Amino acid sequence: MKTISAHNLTGPSRKSQGTLRRILKNPTLLGGIIMLAILVLLAILIPVISPYDPSAQDLRAFLQPPSAEHWLGTDQLGRDLFTRLIYAARTDLTIMVLAEIIPFCTGVFLGMLAGYYGKWIDNIISLVTDTFVAFPFYLIVIIVAFASGAGQRGIFITFMLVGWIVFARVTRGVTVSLRQQEWVASAQTLGLSGIRIMFRHILPNVLPQAVVVLMTDMVGLLVAIVTLGYLGIGIAPPTPDWGTMISDGQSFITTAWWLSAMPGLAVVYTGIALSLVGDGLADLWRRR
Amino acid sequence: MSQGLHIQDLTVRYDGVTALDRIQLNIEEHTTLGLVGESGSGKSTLARVVAGLIVPDEGIISLGEEPLTKKRSRAQRKKIQMIFQNPDASLNPRLSIRQLLSEALLFHGIVRRSGLEQRCLELLARVQIDGSALDRYPHEFSGGQRQRIAIARALSVEPELLIADEPTSALDVSVQLSVLELFASLKQELNLTMLFISHDMGVIHAISDTVAVMRHGQLVEINSKERFFARPDTAYGYQLLSAVPKMPAGTYSRRDTP
Repeated sequence: MKTISAHNLTGPSRKSQGTLRRILKNPTLLGGIIMLAILVLLAILIPVISPYDPSAQDLRAFLQPPSAEHWLGTDQLGRDLFTRLIYAARTDLTIMVLAEIIPFCTGVFLGMLAGYYGKWIDNIISLVTDTFVAFPFYLIVIIVAFASGAGQRGIFITFMLVGWIVFARVTRGVTVSLRQQEWVASAQTLGLSGIRIMFRHILPNVLPQAVVVLMTDMVGLLVAIVTLGYLGIGIAPPTPDWGTMISDGQSFITTAWWLSAMPGLAVVYTGIALSLVGDGLADLWRRR
Repeated sequence: MSQGLHIQDLTVRYDGVTALDRIQLNIEEHTTLGLVGESGSGKSTLARVVAGLIVPDEGIISLGEEPLTKKRSRAQRKKIQMIFQNPDASLNPRLSIRQLLSEALLFHGIVRRSGLEQRCLELLARVQIDGSALDRYPHEFSGGQRQRIAIARALSVEPELLIADEPTSALDVSVQLSVLELFASLKQELNLTMLFISHDMGVIHAISDTVAVMRHGQLVEINSKERFFARPDTAYGYQLLSAVPKMPAGTYSRRDTP
């Protein structure tokens, strides 16, 4: 019998092909990454870029239109709008990322657990997720925010409570379909433990889907943070936050429309950036 | 000969349907049992029960002297390995061949880390795959090559019984033969005990020592290969044999053969 060699295999191995080149070939992903990078860089460098303090009031220069001195003008207390906008990005994006980490990990873990083991574990987890899904999300957010008092704490608590559910549902679905695959059965016959099969075999296969969902979910969370700020039960002033900025500018909407419009546009910009990254990643992983 | 696999009164029911009905079966050590039957006859269910993937409702399975418990220990699982039908699905797409082969070796402590590379290369050589395959991923291989890698991984834990569930039926005809030859040579070299499932009579004829026929969840005939292919005991066995398509006379005859 002849030896079958690997010479006739097509192309270089996947690892050597370079993730970078595949990202560059993907305009959606590249665009999203660039948009996010601009925002993050601005947020990091804002103390260097801007001579203004985000909370320093200057009543002599209130409600100025955009100019060379104040790129986006000033608000009713004479604070530089551009500076506040970027400082608000710092606040909102940090909360968004921090509030997403733990729900993501627990959601993926519980979803794998439910999907892999099935039976009573699945029944319990699915019961909880289905119950929470039946509740309007904002109802829970507002109740918790009121109960825990205004500020970041409410957002963190709410997301610990309900944030994991979307990840658990997606991961469970993917795991159930992967569980039928023969490579799971062969890992079982090799005598590997359930936890090992979950983390080493199933996790790498569900992670792409979960990360794509994470990107979309972050957009939703950002909007929730901003909404709470707008309603006055989110980030407390004087910490800059897009939601409070929108609500503060509302009274001047006819004379200084940019006060509300700019933070609104910032939310839209971030949302588009995250969605592009999510779509791009989904595309990248689907093509593999 | 000493006893290999012993199955007694094995029964599996799914929602009132009896998938396996009081199966009695023995496979002697170092022999291959070819299991035939139409689809839905319970062949794959039997394979999965023996491999420990499905817990039977009733019955006893023992390997050698040791009865296998309902919840199998790691050591018990390791003794029985299975090759699946679809090579596209039997290797985790996100692990490299090195990771796939070394995982069970390290998990069961079969080799130390220092001997790992060497052992992986030996395993690949045994299934006639080049060592350069180690750092590649399953999608870079053809179906036949993937099936060989799956065999190498099953052999990595030195099983006492190898189950092959239609291992060639998803492959191209030209590749089927070479994979079948591999099974035949492994059987010789490693003295394997095998449960080989196929609906292809030609494949069964090539690989088995004993033939068992299943129908509607029951084992209807067990016979030596020679006897089964010459004169099956049951009418159903005869039907299966006569259903094998044959080339029309004269199509590929050569002058020197009668």
